[in-house]
Formats: sequence, structure tokens, C-alpha cells
Amino acid sequence: MTNAVDKSKVPWWVSNLIVPLVNLVLALLVSALFIFIAGENPIKAVKLIIYGSFGYLDGFAYTLYYTTNFVFTGLAFAVAFHCRLFNIGGEGQAYIGGLGVFLVAINVSFLPVPIVWLLAIAGAVVFGAAWAFIPAYLQAKRGSHVVITTIMFNFIASSLMVFLLVDVIRDMKQMGPHTVALPKEIWFPTFKEFAALFGIKIRYSPLNISFLLAIAASFFVWFLVWKTKWGYEMRAVGHNTQAAIYAGISPYKNIIIAMCISGGLAGLLGINEILGVHHKIVAGFPAGYGFTGIAVALMGRNHPIGIFPAAFLFGILYQGGSEVTFDMPNITRYMFVAVQGVIILFSGALENLFRPQIESFFVNRLNRKVSV
Amino acid sequence: MEFLLDLASLVNSTLRISTPLVFAAMAGIFAERSGVIDFSLEGKMLMAAFVAAVGSYYFGNPWIGLFMAIVMCVSLSMLHGFASVTHKGDQVVSCVAINILIIGLTTALAAAWFGQAGLTPTLTDEQRFLEITLPFADSLREVPIIGLIYSEILSGHYVFVYLGYISVPIVYWVVFKTSFGLRVRAVGENPSAVDTAGINVFAMRYKALAINGVLIAFAGAHLSTAVNANFFREMSAGRGYLALAAMIFGKWHPKTALIACLLFGFTDALQIRLQGVELPVVGEIPVQLIQAIPYVLTVVLLAGFVGKAIAPNAIGQPYIKER
Repeated sequence: MTNAVDKSKVPWWVSNLIVPLVNLVLALLVSALFIFIAGENPIKAVKLIIYGSFGYLDGFAYTLYYTTNFVFTGLAFAVAFHCRLFNIGGEGQAYIGGLGVFLVAINVSFLPVPIVWLLAIAGAVVFGAAWAFIPAYLQAKRGSHVVITTIMFNFIASSLMVFLLVDVIRDMKQMGPHTVALPKEIWFPTFKEFAALFGIKIRYSPLNISFLLAIAASFFVWFLVWKTKWGYEMRAVGHNTQAAIYAGISPYKNIIIAMCISGGLAGLLGINEILGVHHKIVAGFPAGYGFTGIAVALMGRNHPIGIFPAAFLFGILYQGGSEVTFDMPNITRYMFVAVQGVIILFSGALENLFRPQIESFFVNRLNRKVSV
Repeated sequence: MEFLLDLASLVNSTLRISTPLVFAAMAGIFAERSGVIDFSLEGKMLMAAFVAAVGSYYFGNPWIGLFMAIVMCVSLSMLHGFASVTHKGDQVVSCVAINILIIGLTTALAAAWFGQAGLTPTLTDEQRFLEITLPFADSLREVPIIGLIYSEILSGHYVFVYLGYISVPIVYWVVFKTSFGLRVRAVGENPSAVDTAGINVFAMRYKALAINGVLIAFAGAHLSTAVNANFFREMSAGRGYLALAAMIFGKWHPKTALIACLLFGFTDALQIRLQGVELPVVGEIPVQLIQAIPYVLTVVLLAGFVGKAIAPNAIGQPYIKER
């Protein structure tokens, strides 16, 4: 063990940029090893990822579409994490949030379009928050660990939604487990239509104005967590519950608020997927984005400024990854689930692996410069 | 008689279905009693299932598969220890990382090695564990009551079922009656006191995690080389979390955890029985809702309608040795 360095002497960019980057590189090296074990060439895979995500405009638009989803789920995890709560139920909250989007949108579609959108966003937030409320309440009042209850709520959400999609809200004229499509007027404008205004032709891209909503959500989270009394209380409870209680802050209230905001943010995934892409509820549409949010938040150090680039990086991995699975028969999309696990391991659990060494290295170098 | 036979087969399947939960709960007791949270039971169980299936397939012997699963699970437990004991990383994050990593890696490797579906090849009878018929089970079948209990309920299980229930008293004895168990519990309750007594806190936690790895490997092997004859994607289906809930419900104690595991097993057995059955009053319950019953039960049990659960005092906190 190296001697710990005086934290105040470590420049911010060392602890917030260099250390996370080193951890990311380590994670990617381990991931390359997995690709090698699966019998493919990791360097070729990296080339395919870069081409798939940046090489052509359609691909890049896909990257930003995935980024949108990861911003929502990443912010969701981060907000709860500031209260020391592990909301790993983003998947279920997004699923139920999507139900909210659909039910609201289909019932108010006669209203002016912007109002329908606002109501649909409210539907996503309220449904997602409601799904997070029960685990939150049980954590606050009964001490039931939120990791287990939120995971269980993912399973329950999945069962409930399949039941609804098969027996209740299915498009009865079709066989597949999905609902009828929403009226075309209320679909979110897509990047394709926008690009067409400038005479740029794109074949297909799911990217839509939800991307702007993701940016707005990032600002909202930053403001909420760092600039409001609520956010301060939430962080206080997360940092030191006993001290917070002495300061007159109720942990119960804050646990519930943090989880509900978290669930609401996860619910926004439903906006991108349903108003922007599918225009109906398709069975299993959250497709693991909720879990990826954990990796995104931990890599982005739970701050919107970090979460946005982390979400973009995962967008690259997803979009580039689909290019890889297309070209390399031995690689499936599950390989990129494993990559997420490795990234969570190195940028979350093992974040202090080389931190002391790196920090003392930079502190010593900087000191030497000063003394010269 | 018809009813009794039905009941016997329900109890029989309860015993079988509870087995992986029992192993996982016992594994969880070791880790958590020593002060290390272990949500990664789920991932380790899945990894064990994958490795056991692949090992049995390549070497033609399920015991070799089981051994490889044990090695792999102990390694994963050591990884968890390396991150959360040695490097004092967040224990829950470490578990979530292991779980996501393994969901991805097992399916990705199964697909890479055995084709796109992500299944391992079906094991032949030589490559898997078979049901064991206890001695005299056939001749005792006709004896009233005893025959029913012995031949219909106790006989005809996989080796893991017997091992699982034998492990409960052993775990109880080790944790509560030996000096090793006392140290494990002490490390989980008050690590600095243990340190003062000259016992290495880190070493104790690693030892507890190693035992945890061995036990959880049995749960995975049971799934892929006994009950099923291959590995398939996410086949652990939340059992690691169910077991953890059972352990918490059982207040970190083998006996009560066993009862909770049996309760889960019974609900699951009943759930399978209820599918497609017309019930009085409510009629046929949709299958998706029936399948959700074990998960709902978990939440209900965790909500602790029988009193609040009190975890080991030092759980989740990395131990920092003062200098």
C-alpha cells in the first residue's frame, strides 16, 4: 500500500479525469480479452465499433439515439445514488413509464399536440415514480433492501406488462404482443425529417427530439441535486444519515423523494421509445437500457457532466456493437452486457485500485515543478 | 389416496425447487455474517450453472463440471473480496458489476462456442447427475404412510437435494458452535474488537467468502447438470435474490433461512401446479401473473410483516485498519 496523499493537494483533473480514464482503459483491456476468448480479433472489433458508430451519418444518429436512453437511465441511477440508494430497478420503472406514456397519449390525442406531449411526459414520470415508490417506502419504513425489492419489481413489471400486452391492451387484430399504434400526428419529430429540411437524406434513424429532453433532464438533475434545498437534504442523508437526522432532515421523506425522482427519470425512457420510435408498446422495449444506466452513472461519477459523455460512450458501444455482431458471428449483443459489467467493476467497485499511485505520482511531479 | 399422492408430489417438488435456494442462502449466511454483502449470489449461481454444464460436456463427468464450477465461484468470491475487502470499494457496486458481467459473459460465450441460441449442448445421462432411488424405495411403496413419505417424497431426488439439506445443520454447527464460526460472526459484528484480539479481519472475510463460493457452486450445478441437462440464458432467474431475501427473512440464521427457502420452493411448486387450472371464484389466473407470485412473495417477506430484520452490525462497511 502506498501512503495516502493529502486530498487537498490533488488537482481536480487528476481525480476526476485521469483516474476514471485509467479505469476505463483497464476495463476495455479486459473486454478485449473476452472478445479474444470468444474467438474473434479484438482490434478488428474496435475498428468495427468506430466505423459503426461514427463512420456514416445513419450510424452516428443511432449512436445519439442510444445516448438518449442512457442519459435517462444514468441520471435515474445517479439521483438515487446521491441518497445512497441503489435503484437497480430502472428497467421495470422504464417499462411501467412506457405504459404511462401510451395510456396518456392514446386518451388525450385529440388535444393540441404540444399539450399531448407534455401530458405524455407527465404520464411517463408519474408511472415510473409510482413503480419506484413501493420499494422506496419499504426501504424507508421497513428497511427492506432496495436492491432486492427493485430487482423483484423488475420481474413483476415484466410479468405484468406481458399480461397486459397479451390479454388487455394488445392490438387484437394482430398476433404479436404489442398495442395499437398511436395516431401519427402526435409522434415525435425525428432527426430524419429535420435533416430532410436541409436536403440531407437518411435512410432510417430512431433519433428524435427526445434527445433535447435528455439534455433538459440533465440540467434539471444538476439543478435539483446541487442547487436546491431538496438536493442538499438528499445528499446529506446519503452522506451521513445520523448527522442528517440531528440536523432535522427526515431520511424517510428524502429516501422516498429520491427514489420517486429516480423512477420518474427512468420512466422518460418510455418517451423516447414510444413517442419517438415504436409509437406503441412493444413487449420488452426497455431491452436492458435500465441496467446500462448503472454503468453510465458510475462511469460519469454520478454527475450530469460526467453522465452525458459516459452515455455517449455507451451509445458508441451499442451502435458499434451491433455492427460487430453483424460482422462477427461469434459475438452477440450479450458480449456488450459483459463489457458493461467490467466497466462497472473498474469504475465503480475497483475505482480505488490505482488511485493512490496515480494521485501521488501527479502530486510529486507538480511539487517538483514548484520547487524548481 | 389420489389427494395424498398429489400432496406427496407437491412436497417432493418443493424439496427439489428449494435446493438451489438453500445452497445460496447458506452461502449468503457465510458472506454476510462476516460483514460482506453478497448480492452476487445470483451471478455466481449463473456462472456455476454455465461452467458445470460446459465442464461436464467436455470431460464427460458431472463431478468434474461441479469441481470447475466450485473453482470458478471461489474465484468470483475472491474478486468480490479483492474489490470490497482489500480495496474497500462499494460492496453493492461490486456485486452489481459481477452480476451484469456474468449475465453477459455466460450467454456471450455459450453463443460463441455452441451457436447463436446461447444454449450449451444437451448432456447425456453419463454427463449429468441422475435421480437417486433410495434403497428399498420400491418395496416400501405399498406400506401406508411410511411408504408414501419414503418412496414418494424422500426417494428419487438428485444428489444435490440431499447435500443441500445436509448442509444446513453443518452450516449451523460451523457458524454457531465452532471457534471459526465465532470469529466469522465477530468480524461481521465488531471487526475492530476482533483485530484487537490479534485476528486478521481481512483473512477471516476472505475465508468466509471462499466457503460462500463453494456452496453457491452447488446451486448452479444443480440447475444445469441435474434438473436441466444444459445451460440456457439467465437460467438462475432471480433465485440468488430470492435466496438472499430468504436469508434476511430468516435473520441470517440457517434454520429459519431454510424455512423461508422451503416457503419459496413451495410457492414455486404451487405456481407451476396452478398454471391453466380453473380455480373456484376467480377462474383461471393468467399464467404471467401466476409466475410473478414468488417475486411478490419476496417483496412481502422482505417488508418484514414478522418484525424488522437486523443485519450483522458491520455489514457493508469496509474495515479500515488503524495505524
